[in-house]
Amino acid sequence: MLEISHLIKRYGHDEPVLKGLDLRVEDNSVVAIVGASGAGKSTMLRCINRLVEPTSGSINLNGMELVALRGGALRRARRKIGMVFQGFNLIDRLTVMENVLAGRLGYVSLYQAISRRFPQADIERAFTLMERVGIAQYGNKRADELSGGERQRVGVVRALMQEPELLLADEPTASLDPRTSEQIMMLLQSLASELSLPVLINIHNVAQAKTYTERIVGLRHGKMIFDGAPDDFNKDALDAIYGGIEAPDDAIAESPAAAQGVGHDAT
Amino acid sequence: MTRPEAGAKAAPRTWRKPPFIANPLLRYGLLAVLVVYLVWAFGSLPFNWARIAEGLPRAGRIFGGGFPPSFERFDLLLTGFKESLQIAVLATLLGVLLSIPFAVMAARNVAPLPVYFLGRAVIILSRSFHPVIVAILFVAAVGFGPLAGILTLTLYSIGFVGKLLAEEIEEIDWGQVEAMKATGAGYFAILVYAVFPQILPRQVGLSMYQLDSNLRASAVVGIVGAGGIGGTLMNAFGRYDYAFAFAILLVIIAVILVSEGVSGWVRKKIW
Amino acid sequence: MVDQAGALADRVWKRYDRRERLIRYAVMLVTLMVVVWAVRDIDIFWPWVWDAPNQISSLGARMWPPDPSRLEEIVNAMIETVHIATLSTMLTIFIALPVAYIAAQNTTPNRACLWLGRFILVSSRSVNTIIWALLFVAIFGPGVLAGILAIMCRSVGFIGKLMGEAIEEIDRRPVEAMQATGASKLQVIAYAVVPQVMPAFFAIVILRWDINIRESTVLGLVGAGGIGVILQGSIDTFAWTTVATILIAIVVLVLIGEAITSLLRRKVI
Repeated sequence: MLEISHLIKRYGHDEPVLKGLDLRVEDNSVVAIVGASGAGKSTMLRCINRLVEPTSGSINLNGMELVALRGGALRRARRKIGMVFQGFNLIDRLTVMENVLAGRLGYVSLYQAISRRFPQADIERAFTLMERVGIAQYGNKRADELSGGERQRVGVVRALMQEPELLLADEPTASLDPRTSEQIMMLLQSLASELSLPVLINIHNVAQAKTYTERIVGLRHGKMIFDGAPDDFNKDALDAIYGGIEAPDDAIAESPAAAQGVGHDAT
Repeated sequence: MTRPEAGAKAAPRTWRKPPFIANPLLRYGLLAVLVVYLVWAFGSLPFNWARIAEGLPRAGRIFGGGFPPSFERFDLLLTGFKESLQIAVLATLLGVLLSIPFAVMAARNVAPLPVYFLGRAVIILSRSFHPVIVAILFVAAVGFGPLAGILTLTLYSIGFVGKLLAEEIEEIDWGQVEAMKATGAGYFAILVYAVFPQILPRQVGLSMYQLDSNLRASAVVGIVGAGGIGGTLMNAFGRYDYAFAFAILLVIIAVILVSEGVSGWVRKKIW
Repeated sequence: MVDQAGALADRVWKRYDRRERLIRYAVMLVTLMVVVWAVRDIDIFWPWVWDAPNQISSLGARMWPPDPSRLEEIVNAMIETVHIATLSTMLTIFIALPVAYIAAQNTTPNRACLWLGRFILVSSRSVNTIIWALLFVAIFGPGVLAGILAIMCRSVGFIGKLMGEAIEEIDRRPVEAMQATGASKLQVIAYAVVPQVMPAFFAIVILRWDINIRESTVLGLVGAGGIGVILQGSIDTFAWTTVATILIAIVVLVLIGEAITSLLRRKVI
């Protein structure tokens, strides 16, 4: 269980990006975090695995307080939190297999990492996961030879290699075309239930959030202003989250249309 | 162009290219500074005109004595070149290996501040001194011979490769580092997985370039006694054996052209 | 894990395939052989190598503290060093530009000129400044003239090569447009070539000036003027504390040079 309470993040002396955020995520649930650019979604996610240092507040994962961790303890906590990135963040010049095995870096020794002598169990897990998401045939290809959707699958597998207790996905579909991003969202959804893994997904696309997640959290100006089931996420909530903010056009324009599309699919 | 008598009162329509420096004060000021500088520089430099006047006949004698170049003492030339090559190879290997830790130390994004200053200081210091000066100091410290040459060129390589590599590290895609951090990888594992793959092509290219560069430099550090062909050349000049000196020069030019070609070819292949 | 080993036998993963590994091993082997040959064959007395750190630190100890008593002399020699670098860079321009012009494929008058230009550039670049200085000291005697000429001879190749490349990279269309107006060859250069290569020209000259400052600090070691003369004298008389002062002065000069260069780059380009 992830429990965030009164999380504040302030860069320098500017206005805080996160203004006292409280969030509880039960095990085995997929949560979408929606909000305009600059609402603090990405900062919140990065505070959880401490890629961004929170200014104050508490983040508790399965009974462990994450905010106070330092050095080795922080690294051991991080390996329990997988992360999927918007830009995939693969090591372009390494092969797909090396990228996938890089998910084990928190577990293996430096010598094993440098000599690529990963334990056989890790390699087995890598093959299994790669087969599960359909990229096993690319094992010895360089990561930069893959298409966007395949690259994100590598990113997902790398995160799962960590045997995470929590999966963070920061705009995992924003760099992908609509079809591929549906596939990735579906993959995240089904992986979450297969592995009974709580997943937090930052997402711009409200329609996808409603389709593939069980709970939607809306952020605006660093505050939570919506928290509820996808069905309760109506036009008012959308306006509250995106309304009156600069350049939300795509979010507003695309979501009603997309929402209709989803509605058709459902019927 | 202006014809005031043509139009009664119409303003004459002249055009001139706007000057390169718009402010006239600055323009003429700079010109004056330049003239004053030239007068000062030429006036203050000690030219020994009497000795310089002897130059032309001496040049005639030197080139006359130098042609045709003599390859009689080919053994000596070969030994000198072999030593230069060995110095260059060993110094490149040591320098390139050592440049990696120094580059990491001197890259602001991966090194903590005190370490960064240390790394920067080492690189700035080793870049400030011309290899020949460093060579003199090493010759004074460890004696004549190729050891001084290797130490010199190792330091030279650390300075050059380290600086460019540090700049390369500062420009890497940070997302890959973040991804590795998120897996819980330690500092060195992050370096090995997220940083080194990104700078590897640059590192290989720089190594080839540095090998070429060290080969050139190894020809001159010998002039101050740090081993290699430079010492042979210096001796030939000292004994007024210009025919042999020109033979050495020709071979140096040839070797440098070949090494430049090879290094360029390898870099193009790897890139 | 051990009991699974049999079942997992077919699931091996290797970083490189067979051919890649062969190539890697071959490259490593060749490198290793060259290094072993170099280490075994080189004329080094190994006990000296292990003693080198001691020797170096003892030399460092002898240099401390730097002796400022000859500071005035050193500063004057520094100014001389800067003069050599500056004057030779300025004079080089007058030679390097015509050479660049004939060595650039798109502006060269004919093939003979092209090869002449390339020959000048290659021979200039292949001979190090110090070796040029050696030659000019033999001809004109010790002094700053030899130094200026040496640096010029080396700089012609540098500036000429880079300018030639800049000329080759210009946009052809303005040249055609100027030719279409019936402009003469020199007019075409003045209107279509010069404006395009002007930024590159300043960048290259400033870069070379920076390099020349460093180069002119060593000219004196072969008698060609500048700070190197005093440096050599101090080393010959084992005046290590003076050597330390000179070294500090050189670092300061190089840093000032770099500051001026970056200032000029920002102002001019």
